Amino acid sequence: MLNHIEGDLLEDYGVRVAKNGKWKADIRFMLDVLLLLRREIIRPIEGNKNLNTYGMYKSYFKIGWRNLLRNKGYSLINIGGLALGMTVALLIGLWMWDELTFNRYHQNYDRIGQVYRHNLRQGQIQTGNIVTTGVGTLLREEYASHFEKVAIVRGRNEEHVLGFGENQFTQVGYFMQPDGPEMFSLHMIHGTRGGLADMSSILLSQSVARKFFNTENPVGQIIRMDNKWDLKVTGVYEDLPKNSVFYDATYLAPLDLYLNGWSHLNVWDNYNVYVYVQLKTNGDFKRTSGVIKDAMLPHIDANSAASKPELFVVPMEDWHLKSYFENGVQVRSPLMNSVWYYGIIGCFVLALACINFMNLTTARSEKRAKEVGIRKSIGSVRGQLVGQFYSEAFLVATLAFIVSLLLTQICLPFYNQIADKDMTLPWREPLFWLGCFAFTFLTGLLAGSYPALYLSSFNAVQVLKGTFKMGRFASLPRKILVTVQFTVSISLIIGTAIVYQQIQFAKNRPIGYSREGLISLHPRSPEFIGKYEVLRNELKATGVVDEVAESNYSIVSTLGWNGGFDWRGKDESLNDLTFNINAVTPEYGKTIGWEFLEGRDFSRAFPADASGVIINETTAKIFGFENATDEVLIRNRNDHREEFKILGVIRDVVKGSPFQKTDPCLYFFSGGDQGWLHIRMNDKATAHEALPKIETAFKKIVPSAPFDFTFADDDYMAKFKAEERIGKLASIFSTLAIVISCLGLFGLASFVAEQRTKEIGIRKVMGASLASIWKMLSKDFVVLVILSFVLAVPMTYSFMNGWLQHYDYRTDISWFAFVLTGVGALAVTILTVSYQAIKAALANPVKSLRSE
Amino acid sequence: MKKYQLGEFEEIVMLTIAILYKEAYGLAIKNEIESRLKRNVSMGAMHTALVRLEDKGYIRSHDGEPTEERMGRPKKYFQITALGKKAMEYSRETRNALWGAIPDVSLNVKFS
Repeated sequence: MLNHIEGDLLEDYGVRVAKNGKWKADIRFMLDVLLLLRREIIRPIEGNKNLNTYGMYKSYFKIGWRNLLRNKGYSLINIGGLALGMTVALLIGLWMWDELTFNRYHQNYDRIGQVYRHNLRQGQIQTGNIVTTGVGTLLREEYASHFEKVAIVRGRNEEHVLGFGENQFTQVGYFMQPDGPEMFSLHMIHGTRGGLADMSSILLSQSVARKFFNTENPVGQIIRMDNKWDLKVTGVYEDLPKNSVFYDATYLAPLDLYLNGWSHLNVWDNYNVYVYVQLKTNGDFKRTSGVIKDAMLPHIDANSAASKPELFVVPMEDWHLKSYFENGVQVRSPLMNSVWYYGIIGCFVLALACINFMNLTTARSEKRAKEVGIRKSIGSVRGQLVGQFYSEAFLVATLAFIVSLLLTQICLPFYNQIADKDMTLPWREPLFWLGCFAFTFLTGLLAGSYPALYLSSFNAVQVLKGTFKMGRFASLPRKILVTVQFTVSISLIIGTAIVYQQIQFAKNRPIGYSREGLISLHPRSPEFIGKYEVLRNELKATGVVDEVAESNYSIVSTLGWNGGFDWRGKDESLNDLTFNINAVTPEYGKTIGWEFLEGRDFSRAFPADASGVIINETTAKIFGFENATDEVLIRNRNDHREEFKILGVIRDVVKGSPFQKTDPCLYFFSGGDQGWLHIRMNDKATAHEALPKIETAFKKIVPSAPFDFTFADDDYMAKFKAEERIGKLASIFSTLAIVISCLGLFGLASFVAEQRTKEIGIRKVMGASLASIWKMLSKDFVVLVILSFVLAVPMTYSFMNGWLQHYDYRTDISWFAFVLTGVGALAVTILTVSYQAIKAALANPVKSLRSE
Repeated sequence: MKKYQLGEFEEIVMLTIAILYKEAYGLAIKNEIESRLKRNVSMGAMHTALVRLEDKGYIRSHDGEPTEERMGRPKKYFQITALGKKAMEYSRETRNALWGAIPDVSLNVKFS
């Protein structure tokens, strides 16, 4: 009973005794007491009892939180480092997810397949996905029971000029059969998926429709393609996402239109289309592949049949990452490899951040040892202490995760730009949150395990008595962790340096022509026909153009392969060798500026040059002539033999990947009307001055064609895109890795300096110099970094050597990269540690010694 | 949701505390209610109400000097908090508003 209530009762009692006498007052008193027995007022006999240990967890988090606030510096390093690591892991995770969910946009994802073909060539099985239109038609007609839909699609995207009224745009799109849009489940905004049934129809993507018609419904409007065909817009579809095979399709047109007039749907000797199939609901890719295996054989000539073409279907989920074949067997694709590599890098960087956490927590364990001792003596069992330290780790991990989500959101636009993707954080995906939760939990577990298990193992008595000393080996695990950290960081940096070295090496490769001041465009409109000479003269008359030429294919493509060539002394084994062919006007060489090793260029002065050929160095080596210009090349086509005089040998022109060997090339003579127009600008005028003049001249001759040109330099540099992307991402990640490692080191160094304050004070009093103290404090860490470097070198060397084997044209791994990285890492370490070391060394010894 | 939770008896207790001002301790409150409202108040009911009001934050208490007639037990004085004041005003306003909303004819009971 509470005191003051008793007081009230007694006072009341006193009044009543005086008024009504003792007996009545007694009874009232008793009644009052009985009436006072209420739940709210009486105190439980045993005090409060909780039914769960919720309060304990609350206290763990509270203490954890207070610890964080108390050591702001450490907390910042801990949370900041962990957040950086998590951001990297998240970004990489998003990238991997994007790669692994390629093509998921299409609804019938699990039933769509593409027809691939194995071919036997020179004893090797080659695999490709390009087939003839006959294959598609055959599958549709003879194997109808296996396929719900079959769509033949032109085997690469096609660039065409679309025009509506005044507007002309060069657009990339696909030519496909009417079933295609339905099969790939396009999301239609206007019109229907069946819009390609008529030959003169076209489906536009939303972005293109906007360009032409703004937000109006364009269905029924007429679009003019290449100034040749009038096509009726029958629908508009939502732009396909970047992680779809048809992501670049800004329009879809009927395949019949593409084939119209020169080919048809039952061709068996021109490999120019893809065939996509959609299986019946109960279809099975393996079984279907078995059925269509030999479907081609009855239709092809003996020569082609000798290569034993074998058809099979690759399911959509395998297209992106798992359609890489070597000698007829599916092997892990380079892209899949890079998905793995990035995944590993992500794990490493996260591990680095976790190591920071472990190191800092255990390093500070001496400070918390007392707390552990007290908790133990009050009655905490070890399990509870483990729980406490885990809950602290989870607290930090959760905070770091929130920061990293923010960071990721901020970085995503830049990251998308570098990775050339369209990724977003799937905020609304429950799976994403589940993943995040698991991820945070795992990180907490990873980061918290060592401290939790280590700190809880202290002996209470020793700790409190003060006899507890960290053993000589107490810092050993910490040292190992730091070494691991720096080994990983240094490896990443060396790897990045080598990637850049390789890119630079390929960039410096002699390319056999001069890119500066060279522009190319793709004359699409029929207006160009027969106007080559006129256009050339007009352009040259501007005074800013040195030379103009046309060629069948662009300078930077390796399209156009033909076999069937003979030469004197040809080896039998080279019978199925094919050459990369280009037909060029006589000015081509002068325009692009190739260099002759032997012989001369085409010339209009010699009419006989029309049956001449220019070969490159690689071809010359295959031919093996002593004097190539005395020889002839024989072309056999349909039993028709033609002789070409070899006019000259040029230095290899890099047409394909600058990292690979140059292909054997042949250049034939052409009078004009080819697919590409090249203009060499005068070096007297800047591009800025020259381009408007060129455009004016151009518009005079071909007013309707858009002047969509590209610089040869840009075209060439585009070939480095993939490698540069790897380089950029790798450099970002490795920079972050070293930053995280240094953060950890910084924390550790400041801790060590703090711990040795007294020692430093005494040393200073005894006369130690600043330099000697600085040396003493830095030495430990420098030794670790040197050790990491020694470990990292052989690992990186063998790994990067393996990576370089992918490239024909590769740099030697120079010791320069290693030495530079080593020195750099050391410098960064010394810098990081020195700050703390010098701070400690400069401190006044009187202050540090006077305390206690 | 109800803004301020205040029962009828609780309201009476609070009003009494306000009346007694500095002299509001357990027994005084009880006696005041009994004398003004002519009704019996049990010690238990009143202390329950006081505990509840204190939990709600409407009143606060401080211990006074122990006196002889209480055999050395201290008095516990109660005082109304700002929140308590608001609760009382709210209660009054709602009642006034309800009174005001009654049409004249409603309470003008006539038997015809």
